[in-house]
Amino acid sequence: MDNYSNGRYGWRLSNGSKALPRWGALLGGSALAVYGISRHSKSGAALAAAGGFLVYGGSRITSQPAEIHAESSFTVNVSPEEAYRFWTNLENLPRFMSHLQSVRMIDDRHSEWTARGPMQLRITWKAEITDQRENEWIVWRSEAGSMFRNSGSVQFRRAPGNRGTEVTVAVQYEPPAGAMGKAFGRLFGKDPSHTIYEDLRHFKQLVETGEIATTVGQSHGRRSKLVRMGHMLYPDARPRPVESFADQTLEEERVS
Amino acid sequence: MKALCWYGPEDVRVESVPDPKILNPHDAIIRITRTAICGSDLHLYDGYIPTLEAGDILGHEFMGEVVELGPEVRNLKVGDRVVVPFTIACGKCFFCEQQLWSLCDNTNPNAWIAEKLMGYSPSGLYGYSHMTGGYAGGQAQYARVPFANIGPLKIPDGIPDEKVLFLSDIFPTGYMAAENCNIHPGDVVAIWGCGPVGQFAVRSARMLGAERVIAIDKLPERLRLAKEGGADVINQDEVDSVLDVLRNMTANRGPDSCIDAVGMEASGHSLPYIYDDMKQKLKLTFDRAQVLRECILAVRKGGTVSIPGVYGGFVDKVPLGAFMNKGITMRTGQTHMMRYMKPLLNRIERGEIDPSVVISHVLPIDEAPRGYKIFRDKQEHCTKVVLDPWAEAKAA
Repeated sequence: MDNYSNGRYGWRLSNGSKALPRWGALLGGSALAVYGISRHSKSGAALAAAGGFLVYGGSRITSQPAEIHAESSFTVNVSPEEAYRFWTNLENLPRFMSHLQSVRMIDDRHSEWTARGPMQLRITWKAEITDQRENEWIVWRSEAGSMFRNSGSVQFRRAPGNRGTEVTVAVQYEPPAGAMGKAFGRLFGKDPSHTIYEDLRHFKQLVETGEIATTVGQSHGRRSKLVRMGHMLYPDARPRPVESFADQTLEEERVS
Repeated sequence: MKALCWYGPEDVRVESVPDPKILNPHDAIIRITRTAICGSDLHLYDGYIPTLEAGDILGHEFMGEVVELGPEVRNLKVGDRVVVPFTIACGKCFFCEQQLWSLCDNTNPNAWIAEKLMGYSPSGLYGYSHMTGGYAGGQAQYARVPFANIGPLKIPDGIPDEKVLFLSDIFPTGYMAAENCNIHPGDVVAIWGCGPVGQFAVRSARMLGAERVIAIDKLPERLRLAKEGGADVINQDEVDSVLDVLRNMTANRGPDSCIDAVGMEASGHSLPYIYDDMKQKLKLTFDRAQVLRECILAVRKGGTVSIPGVYGGFVDKVPLGAFMNKGITMRTGQTHMMRYMKPLLNRIERGEIDPSVVISHVLPIDEAPRGYKIFRDKQEHCTKVVLDPWAEAKAA
């Protein structure tokens, strides 16, 4: 499958990942056109024409909200039985999935999920487990009528040579149109595949060691403006404490 | 508390920072009694290791007393005297199970950065850039020690700090470098760099039965120390070609193993050195690899090159043809600390080695910036700087 082609974690946008080329074409094309015109020469005219063509092409691509698919695998040094058992209790998911605030099991198949959206927005939906085989896989999706349509699966395979369990997670979601859609779209951060990948790493750390390695809340000297700005601009790049143990210290740090 | 913070190349300062707190269930807080500046800290001081942030606390060689424990640490108690290894390991992952502690899967919170550079991430380290975890270091009065159930080694009373402090890094690192040479009776081991790791490599190679150890450096005081440790020495500044001297000393066999105890900031006068130095100054490379090149050329056919010296990024002009055609084995890695700490403590207790011989300076932490400078510039016959985090506080 071609969604394995993007290195360690596959991901794709269902409308052919046109969102990025579109902006690239518009910006790059405009720059090229302006530069070309400013040269007042034959080659400049050619550049301007090429730029104009890019802008035209870029503007023709529609900006439908894309269904996003992200998938990732990790080898976890516990048995498939242990990994499966930890995951079947869906209430464990917020301990390592950074976008989730809570999951409440209603019964064996039904659950209510709450995610932390941007700007303290809370998004709630109901999900049902649609398929499951003991120690092998779990498949779930949002219930019909949910505003946030999403689905996911996790698969557990015994790794060769006593190397534990290969855990593969796939998540699909379709943000609705409009402002809310944007909020949903950002649930998984700037790079959904990276988010899922790190979530799975945290799952591995949690089941192997009982905690998620962190430095958030540790001592340090005065940070320069540049470093503080970097942290603000790239919050996704910072290790996030998802365990409640570390959350308390994070709150303290914010207050101080 | 007081802590030595990094603010840029050649800019380290002792600052007042908040005391560390328990953040995870397997954490411990240590009140540091002795800490040291490592040769590898000089790579940070010179600004050659990427992903440091202004305000980071440096230091990865420290020991002290346990003052606070997370709820899941059961093998230590408050008041225990411990040496803390510089590599952080979880004890549960595939790599820890294979005793490859410095390759632990679970202790680097920024593993993804290291993965971008190296494919896969080594373990977390203290005070050694965010790529390897960004953990606050131990050149401070207190430190947070994660996974304290695995790393810290209890030290019995009666042995002074100075004798056991280097179990935190350089003694095991020098020992692993020698062990990686797979020494057989009759072996000749050549060691480039007579800094602290080189000194321990000299002594460890002797302990492991090397017939002859040849140490190479240019500083007389370091060569003297290596001689005292049982090595024959070559002053690189007094000979035309280290390679020729080694060839003569081994009757044209070449050393069975070569140890690069220098790493990324090798010095020299040769053309490749000047090439590396230019590239490093232009930020085109992190590493000056002249010693590694010499090791590959000097070692006998089928021999071993062991690299305890730290490299950070990419290196070129490596004689890969010699490496391949001579059938050389290369062994390296951050030290798998927990393999070596206890057995080496036993050797210290039995009086087989006194690691404190490498110490030239013991300074109060307030003088740490000066310590970095004299260690880097090899002033005042500096071979190793130990810091006392409380020295001034005691005087006050």
